[in-house]
Amino acid sequence: MLDLTFEPPKPKVIAGAKHDWELVIGMEVHAQVSSRAKLFSGASTTFGAEPNSNVSFVDAAMPGMLPVINEFCVEQAVRTGLGLKAAINLVSAFDRKNYFYPDLPQGYQISQLYHPIVGEGEVLVELGEGIARMVRIERIHLEQDAGKSIHDMDPNMSFVDLNRTGVALMEIVSRPDIRGPEEAAAYIAKLRQILRYLGTCDGNMQNGNLRADVNVSVCRPGEYEKYWETQDFSHLGTRCEIKNMNSMRFIQQAIEVEARRQIALLEAGGEVVQETRLYDPDKGETRSMRSKEEAHDYRYFPDPDLLPLEIEQTWVDEIAAALPELPDARKARYMSDFGLTDYDASVLTAEVETAAYFEAVAQGRDGKLAANWVINELFGRLKKEDHDITSSPVDPAQLGGIIDLISRGDISGKIAKDLFEIVYTEGGDPAEIVEARGMKQVTDTGAIEAAVDQVIADNPAQVEKAKANPKLAGWFVGQVMKATGGKANPKAVNDIVQAKLGL
Amino acid sequence: MSIDESTAARVAKLARIRVEEDALPALAGEFNTILGFIEQLGEVDVEGVEPMTGVTPMRLKRRKDVVTDGNQQDKILSNAPDAREGFFAVPKVVE
Repeated sequence: MLDLTFEPPKPKVIAGAKHDWELVIGMEVHAQVSSRAKLFSGASTTFGAEPNSNVSFVDAAMPGMLPVINEFCVEQAVRTGLGLKAAINLVSAFDRKNYFYPDLPQGYQISQLYHPIVGEGEVLVELGEGIARMVRIERIHLEQDAGKSIHDMDPNMSFVDLNRTGVALMEIVSRPDIRGPEEAAAYIAKLRQILRYLGTCDGNMQNGNLRADVNVSVCRPGEYEKYWETQDFSHLGTRCEIKNMNSMRFIQQAIEVEARRQIALLEAGGEVVQETRLYDPDKGETRSMRSKEEAHDYRYFPDPDLLPLEIEQTWVDEIAAALPELPDARKARYMSDFGLTDYDASVLTAEVETAAYFEAVAQGRDGKLAANWVINELFGRLKKEDHDITSSPVDPAQLGGIIDLISRGDISGKIAKDLFEIVYTEGGDPAEIVEARGMKQVTDTGAIEAAVDQVIADNPAQVEKAKANPKLAGWFVGQVMKATGGKANPKAVNDIVQAKLGL
Repeated sequence: MSIDESTAARVAKLARIRVEEDALPALAGEFNTILGFIEQLGEVDVEGVEPMTGVTPMRLKRRKDVVTDGNQQDKILSNAPDAREGFFAVPKVVE
């Protein structure tokens, strides 16, 4: 079982002019479902295509076209729900959310207001060793994405591309359990990590494939605890929703800025009005989205084009059985099976590709040694050139080969670093390189003894000093290593130096 | 529930349907007639009856995750009053 003992983090407190205030944050994360085709049409979801080329008549809302659901998108939503330990609703239904915007040809978005496919779940958000927040998930529903409007190509016109129109989104709605900007960022990061492990969303925030609406309110210390006991929202402040954030940094900034705006307003005797706001990172402020003021009346109703979505428990069970190992479980396994530290296990499990790389290296080898090499040598080297693990010039078999040579005592740690550099820049099989370039460690004690004798004979003054101060023996070890081109086994050298000096 | 003229005007605006001022009383009246009819349904006892969401006894039809459509930019844009460089061009909408 997983060890889930943790302390919740302290909520962020902002000191106003008059009182202290706490933050309360809930998030609606829109995650684009990884699929080939759209939610209700056979058009491609590929990013970056020629404008309006990945569009079917269904997406363009031509009269008489009917939506037909992509069963894989349903499977992905179920998989995501299972990954978040959530209840799966065997019956869900689609509703129309009506509003007008140029990038929404239907005049409504097909969504799931009343009967979402996924119910309550949870996400464990770690904020340090032994500190974590369990964020409750309220629901996940499937819905269509809108198109893309481009406003900077013409001074008087907006340009509309419908390629994204109708792509499947999962809206993942949290409870107001997040208590500060850092927690908000950590929550998104954890959600992104889980989605990427599951393969249900690529998590690319830059392309907008993962974006969040952030609900922010403030309350006086003590009020949140009353909400927690009663689940009565009247203990909390009025919230504002900051729309469409796709950067962790901006999410944190926007929360801070919005909280301070609300605090200033409340302390001046004003009231927070529930509304939708946009964050402007250039000006460092949030501002009201006036266009949305009267759009809030979405006049939801069940979509008459779509029957309820009924799925079978056996199918859900099949998806559950094939679920990959998720980050929390994998991290716990790395700590227990490989003896890794909390920190190292977190680093290695952060990205699914990194974890796969590490496991390939660690397979049948010393896990700690493998972790050190992946984290310190490989990551350090990759970072220098702005590479990531997927474009690493050293593959797991090569790095494993280097580690095998160390473990067998064929090369020293220092030589191993040189060897790594050769493999990184030139490629090749580590064992062959060591053989061909004479990098093998000298374990022949006779050869080492000869080298030690030579150094002792050449440095009588140092010998006297070392006899008085045994710590100076290290100098001899260094000299011998130098004399043997780093190929002598340092432990053997040390033993022989100690013996010869009579220490 | 009763719909007054200002509610009728609001619904018309949300639906982007232009209704002249002098047509609002009649529109509000029609809404009220429709709502009155719907309210009659409330008199039926539906205790323990599953809501009927469709009239055909069939399962929701599904599609495989295969790309079967698209690559018809010219057709998609053919009804657009204005299209440039492959985009629909519309009067500037900016937040």
